[in-house]
Parts: sequence; structure tokens; C-alpha cells
Amino acid sequence: MTTALETTPKAKERLVPGTPLLEVRDLHVEFKTRDGIAKAVNGVNYSVAAGETLAVLGESGSGKSVTAQTIMGILDMPPGRVTAGEILYRGQDMLKMSGEERRKIRGRKIAMIFQDALSSLNPVLSVGYQLGEMFRVHEGASKKEAKAKAIELMDRVRIPAAAQRVGDYPHQFSGGMRQRIMIAMALALQPDLIIADEPTTALDVTVQAQVMDLLAELQAEYHMGLILITHDLGVVADVADKIAVMYAGRIVETAPVHDLYASPAHPYTKGLLRSIPRLDQKGEELYAIKGLPPNLYKVPAGCAFNPRCDVATDLCRTEIPALHQVTDRDGAELAGRKSACHLWKETLHG
Amino acid sequence: MPDLIEKKNAAIPAQRGADSAEPKPEKARSLGLDAWHDLRKRPIFIVSALLIVLLVLIAAAPGLFTSVDPRAGDLRNHYLTKPDWSDVFGAGWFGYDGQGRSIFARVIYGARASVVVGICVTVGVTVLGGLSGMLAGYFGGWVDAVVSRITDIFFGVPLLLGALVILNAFSVRTVWSVVFALVALGWTQMTRVMRGSVITVKQADYVTAAKALGAGTGRIMFKHILPNAIAPVIVVATIALGGYIATEATLSFLGIGLQDPTISWGIDINSAQKVIRTAPFALFFPAGMLSITVLAFIMLGDAVRDALDPKLR
Repeated sequence: MTTALETTPKAKERLVPGTPLLEVRDLHVEFKTRDGIAKAVNGVNYSVAAGETLAVLGESGSGKSVTAQTIMGILDMPPGRVTAGEILYRGQDMLKMSGEERRKIRGRKIAMIFQDALSSLNPVLSVGYQLGEMFRVHEGASKKEAKAKAIELMDRVRIPAAAQRVGDYPHQFSGGMRQRIMIAMALALQPDLIIADEPTTALDVTVQAQVMDLLAELQAEYHMGLILITHDLGVVADVADKIAVMYAGRIVETAPVHDLYASPAHPYTKGLLRSIPRLDQKGEELYAIKGLPPNLYKVPAGCAFNPRCDVATDLCRTEIPALHQVTDRDGAELAGRKSACHLWKETLHG
Repeated sequence: MPDLIEKKNAAIPAQRGADSAEPKPEKARSLGLDAWHDLRKRPIFIVSALLIVLLVLIAAAPGLFTSVDPRAGDLRNHYLTKPDWSDVFGAGWFGYDGQGRSIFARVIYGARASVVVGICVTVGVTVLGGLSGMLAGYFGGWVDAVVSRITDIFFGVPLLLGALVILNAFSVRTVWSVVFALVALGWTQMTRVMRGSVITVKQADYVTAAKALGAGTGRIMFKHILPNAIAPVIVVATIALGGYIATEATLSFLGIGLQDPTISWGIDINSAQKVIRTAPFALFFPAGMLSITVLAFIMLGDAVRDALDPKLR
């Protein structure tokens, strides 16, 4: 393994661990459609530091993917529209940048891994070409250099016989291999931040673990920030540092990963954790959160979760809860823990 | 994450083994190559391709097939001489026309006008229509609205009538004026096909992925969308090619297409219609060649469509 992926002088310009690489502040995104305005994201805040993994958890329609697409700048506008908020990359608001400036960040500084690797790879171009394209577009590499680097990348993500397979087309690879190629493409230029939008959803469970491990390993090696978007609580547990749970376009709870699993501070998170099948509950009926996911054209008044919540009060039906700092029983702040529930104390301690 | 890396290392050998057991495909095949492999096995494709190769060869080098001057008339042969079947490849093989010119030589030399018109018009409409369709489909919005309205206007103009009007404006009509007229009237057909195709492909995940990885507009349009969107255009273009050849002959027949001294099957069919009772061979040979040519291109188009459209397999 030489050159392309070895630590280059680029590493020096990386931030001190702990300072946010990317910060999303009060982001609002809506879609104008024939049926009205769908409020997909309603004031999301989160940040990722270099080397840190943030898992964004939520069901379909919770706004997690829309947030990611807005960060990447690949949201279809129209019908999408950012109505408020900022996305700070190293302190600069990307929403105010020109198209060309943003394009230079895409792929080089912030890269994305998509859910379905087969449909995300161009069927008429060989994988080698598509991998090499990263170097050709961003670094002006020659065809030959690009090919050599593509082989190197394929080796790096452990694709067997990379040199022979570099000319193969996406449909000739298995699902896991294709996702590895997507990871290789995202990693090609050693970005600071990777956004992985449900990277393992389309894969077999056994392959899921391999792909996740590979991603986590490469992330640690290059000290990248990683935003992992998923609806799978199992995937998150091993790799994430912190979790943000989204519901109806808002963050309802953030916590370090183990705290969240051990003691959720929001009824929605609690419900999610309860609905994971467990071996010791064999024979019992599996818990499911009652009701339906919220209609984004008509988000319920107050807390969006209130119609499905077991503990909702009148306050929950009228007032949108703020993201409260969570404390332990003695009132000491729990680092990194926040909950958007009026009844977080009862939920956490009761 | 030391535990993680350990797990990883344990996972690799098992997984390596699993992958090497996978049957290795004999050779990398792109969609185009796949279509080619499919085409080679089709009798329709083989027959039409051979015919087309022969026609193109005739058009390119008519001298190889006949040494007779197609414009040299000997009035002693005025329609009177019936085809002489023993005179294979000779001047009298297919008989003589009204001015005593060898019909065989004229059929051979007439191929050039037809093939040139067919190919040039097809290339012209594909480039023009492909480009405008790409712009309309990719950018959408007002670009799409403008381009689509223009194609709508052109669709209201019948090809033959429009060509009559345009060609009337030329005092001297050559192959190129016919090509111009047909391209000017025909490109919008390709625009429609290309636009629809681009709109479908534009929504594909790999286009979003290319965008997310920093590809610019030009690269996305021509490297990622074009190769995926071009198949329907190729199919329509191949089938239309035969149609353009027939249209050229029609225009020449009507006296508004090519003019003497250009040699065209259409012109010969026109002059032969007056003597259809006494000298039917004068009509039969140019008309037969025209039919075979049009048929060959349409058959090719059919075969290409079957090969490129996986839904029909």
C-alpha cells in the first residue's frame, strides 16, 4: 500500500479532536408539493467532530435523509427549500456558498455513501472508471494514474483480485462488494467527513457487519467524522459515539451511545428500544409503538409524538418541548444528553 | 476501537474465501458489448447488416460494380431493349431507360444519393435532437418548456409538405439541400425521445451519487446520463433511417427532391411510371432496390431495438 491513501500532509490541517467539523444549526427544510407544504426538517441541530461518529436514528420520513441531502447540497430544489438555518463546515456556512464552491467540497471534503450500491453505481461504466473519476475530476489525474489509484482503493476496501476486477461492471459484483466500492469512492480523496445514508440496509446481515466494521476501521484510520444515518438500532451500537434520534423533522433526543441504550430520556426512544426483538422474550408478543408515523403535511400541535405517546399530557398537546439538558437524579448535568420531552425526568428516572 | 479491529481481522479470511469461490465471469461486458453479443446471433441482424454493408460499398465505390457510365444515353436503346439476363453486370442486364441509359448502372449509381441522404439526415437529427433533448430533459424548467413547445410546433408540420415548401426555396437542389430540409423537419422527433429518456435516467441514484462526489454538470450529462439514455435514440434513429431514404425517393419522385444530373432512384421511378405498361422493368429495378434498402435499415433497427431493450428479451 503506497501513496494515495497513506497519511499525507493533509492530516496536519485537520482539526484538533473535539472541535466540530460540521455543525447544523436550526435547519428547516420543506417541500412544496401539489398537496401542500411538507415540513420535512423543523429545526435540526447537530455537530460532528473529526474522528467522531454521529448516528442519526429515525424512522422513514423523520427527516434524517433530507438533512443529509441538504448538507451535501444534492437536495432537489425545487420542490425542496431550505427556509432557515445554517450548515457550518469548518465554521463556514455552506448554504451561502456558490454552486462551484460547494461542488469542490463535495467528494473532496465531504463524501457520501448511499444506501443501494447497485443503483448508485453507473451501470454502463466500469467500477475502475468510476473510482478513477474521483481523481480525474478533483485532482486532474491521467487515465493511467486514475486506474492505478482505483486498484489501490479496491485493495484498500478488501476487494479480492482488485487488479483483475478493475474493469468489471457493477452488476458483476456482489452486494457487499458493491457497497465496498461505494465506500472506496467516498474515501478516495480522504474527505474530512463521510455521510453514510443507511449504508447497510440493502445488505445481508452477515455482510452488514463486515461493511460496518470496514467503515469504522477506515474512519478511525483517517480520523474522519462520520454521520451514520440509519433506522437500525443494532448497526449503531457498535460503531457510533453519539446518537441523535429524529422524529417528524426534529431531534428528540441526543446522547452518548451507551447512555441512550441504557436509559432513554424520551418516550419515543424508549418505544424504539422496546420494539427490538430479544432472545429472552421468546414467545411474548413484540412491542410496537402504537399509531402511525406523523403526516408531514399536518404535524400534530405540541410535541409531534404526542398522539402515539403513552404518557402524553395536555402540555404535550399544546406546547412544542424544547431540547432540555438532561440531568441525573441529583441534578448534575449528564454530558451530551438532551431530550425534547416535557416529561424527560419521569421518562429517565421514573 | 481495538475490539473492533480484532473482529475485523477474524472476519477477513472467511470472507476472502467466500468471494474467491464465486464463479468468475469470463470477461467484463458493458451494456453495449452485451447487445453486440446478442445481435450477432440474430439472423435478421446478419441479413440486414450484410445488405447494408453491400449498399454502403455500392454507394462508396459504384465503379467496382459497373464500368458503364450511367449518364451515357444511346437513343437506339430507348426502352426497346428488354433486360438481357445473360449480360450479368453488363450494361444491358436490367435493360435501358427512355434515354437509352443502362438501368443497371443507374441503379448502382443511384444508391449513393439514397445512402448519403439516409445517413446524413440520421446523424443530423440525432445530434441536433439528442443535444436539445438532453438540455430540455436535464435542466427542465423554462429550458424544457421552450424546447418542448418548439417540438410541438414542428410536429404540426407534415414532413412531406414541409419539405416541399423548404425545397421549393432552392433553385438548384442537391443532396445537401434535401439533407437540410429533412434534418430541419425531423430533429424534433429525436428531441422527444431523448428528453423522455434523460428525464428517466436523471432520477437514477447514480446520478445523485456522481453529484454527491463532486462531478460537474458537463460530466454528469455526458459521462453519466448520456450513455444510459442513448439506447432509445439509437433505436429510433436506425428505424427512421429507412424512412428518410424513402422520403428522399418520394420527394425526388414528386420532382421536388433531387434533380438531374444527380442520379436517384426516385427520379428514375418517376420517369418510368409513364411506360409502366410497355417497359415495367424500368420501374421495377429502381423501386426494388429502394424497397430492399429501406427494408434492410428497418430490419436493422428492429434487431437493434431487441438487443438494446432488455424488456423485449
